[in-house]
Amino acid sequence: MSAGSDLVRRSAADLADALASGETTSVELTRACLDRIAQVDGAVHAFLHVDAEGALAQAAASDARRAAGRPASALDGVPIAVKDVLATEGLPTTCGSRILEGWVPPYDATVVARLRAAGLPILGKTNMDEFAMGSSTEHSAYGPTHNPWDLDRIPGGSGGGSSAAVAAFEAPLAIGTDTGGSIRQPGAVTGTVGVKPTYGGVSRYGLVALANSLDQAGPVTRTVLDAALLHEVIGGHDPKDSTSIDAPLPALVEAARQGAAADLSGVRVGVVRELGGEGYQAGVQQRFDEAVQLLVGAGAEVVEVSCPSFVHALAAYYLIMPSEASSNLARFDAMRYGLRVLPETIDNPSAEEVMRATRDAGFGDEAKRRIILGTYALSSGYYEAYYGQAQKVRTLISRDFEAAFGQADVLVSPTAPTTAFPIGEKLDDPLAMYLNDIATIPANLAGVPGVSVPAGLAPEDGLPVGFQVLAPALADDRLYRVGAALEALLEKEWGRPLLGLDKLDHRIPEVTR
Amino acid sequence: MPEISRDEVAHLADLARIELSDAELDHLAPQLSVILESVASIAEVAAGDIPPTSHAVPLTNVFRADEPEPCLTAEQALSGAPASEQQRFAVPRILGDEQ
Repeated sequence: MSAGSDLVRRSAADLADALASGETTSVELTRACLDRIAQVDGAVHAFLHVDAEGALAQAAASDARRAAGRPASALDGVPIAVKDVLATEGLPTTCGSRILEGWVPPYDATVVARLRAAGLPILGKTNMDEFAMGSSTEHSAYGPTHNPWDLDRIPGGSGGGSSAAVAAFEAPLAIGTDTGGSIRQPGAVTGTVGVKPTYGGVSRYGLVALANSLDQAGPVTRTVLDAALLHEVIGGHDPKDSTSIDAPLPALVEAARQGAAADLSGVRVGVVRELGGEGYQAGVQQRFDEAVQLLVGAGAEVVEVSCPSFVHALAAYYLIMPSEASSNLARFDAMRYGLRVLPETIDNPSAEEVMRATRDAGFGDEAKRRIILGTYALSSGYYEAYYGQAQKVRTLISRDFEAAFGQADVLVSPTAPTTAFPIGEKLDDPLAMYLNDIATIPANLAGVPGVSVPAGLAPEDGLPVGFQVLAPALADDRLYRVGAALEALLEKEWGRPLLGLDKLDHRIPEVTR
Repeated sequence: MPEISRDEVAHLADLARIELSDAELDHLAPQLSVILESVASIAEVAAGDIPPTSHAVPLTNVFRADEPEPCLTAEQALSGAPASEQQRFAVPRILGDEQ
């Protein structure tokens, strides 16, 4: 095994130590990731854009800071991949849509600015469902991403590019965004860790909005500790986002380190009755139940909690999200940025005619479905029955969380009802696709944080299963404590991490340059 | 049970400024009906006196200090524009022939 493939399999925390000790350099590490991308991304297609030159320049600058004894952060020099929904100055940002093909933003999203300030070289931009609308990354206008565990299967969505990049060892770290599960569900089906922070915990400035009241950016990693390290880099108050919470982040890295000791004495864990059982794949339920028993063995007190309004969460979400999306996507009007299509059949077309032609050509099926659904739900005559009622159900869901967090410190469930399904299986069945998010959506509606941690492989298909932990708003540290404990307990059982380069390499065909 | 007709989808697409072809209307209208049916149960949740939540974090009227800050230059702001003229966005005509 070459030095490069040895480097790419290591965790970000481990790489940070290797950089600090002088064992490796950021240039060497970044080159190893770029080599790995060149080797496997033809088959995986996690990236829409790779910035080799920029990443290597940032890596060289990082090495210079290290040499001068002034690293910008613990993760200075550790490369990262960024979901293509975050604005990156000088790098294309398409949101997986034709309507933004070739757009190069003139500014950085706050998350991106913080990554740059902390010295993390940006390898490139990752694939996603168009405007983050989907659970499979098949709705990308630039072709699907393939799950490294089985290239014929989906890597989850909308952030399938970020999860696949991390799972295929193309990057040690990535950024995702989660509106209804787009960080956690891809984490579950690729055997990686994904965290949706508390709403308002990470700035949305420069994050192209799907649904403002639900969107939240967060870490995509292979270990819980790596997620905590990254979360501390990107999190915290941002005056440029009026919904940003003006309070210090809890001590996340400390919580992850504490959790790794796998002592959960005094921690109350609530199993959500409505998020499991019927509709959940047998092997998913089995791995979840086993993981709960491991938590009990580590001293946790497990109780069953009921959140009766969660059964309405999917319906509320599929009214609120498209309503916000239809309003947000109105900005793609062919006037200030992005695609402009002139209708062929009209001489001297009006702005409105240009808008219609552009939006037809620029948006894919799922974007059109959601824009029309949102337009319907917001139209007079239906507003109260749909959007208004969905907002009331949102209140009921928050109340269910409040009651449940009175009985338990964290809530747990399977992250997704099934393992990764074959590409194409649900592409033209929107409802079946939406059901993937049934366990992740309540957290977005209530604004509470959640993590998906790998829980093993489903016995029937050998594919990864995710274990979800939810905590009260602003108590993101609890995710890391319980998540790291479960990770430590499982890895002790397995004798190794779930993801291994040796296990994946025979599944990803070698791509010769 | 809410049904959404092909004509209704065409009208909504019109409101949303999307030119849908006949084939797209045939494809999308039945799918939208299925989705609407699946969310219709929401109307039956007894929530009459429950206050609506628009936003998980109850923040209102967040202002920054009224101090000048650097912002994008005209060149930067226009850098992604399909067309520009004299440091402005150039757009197709906005009035009809008869107006």
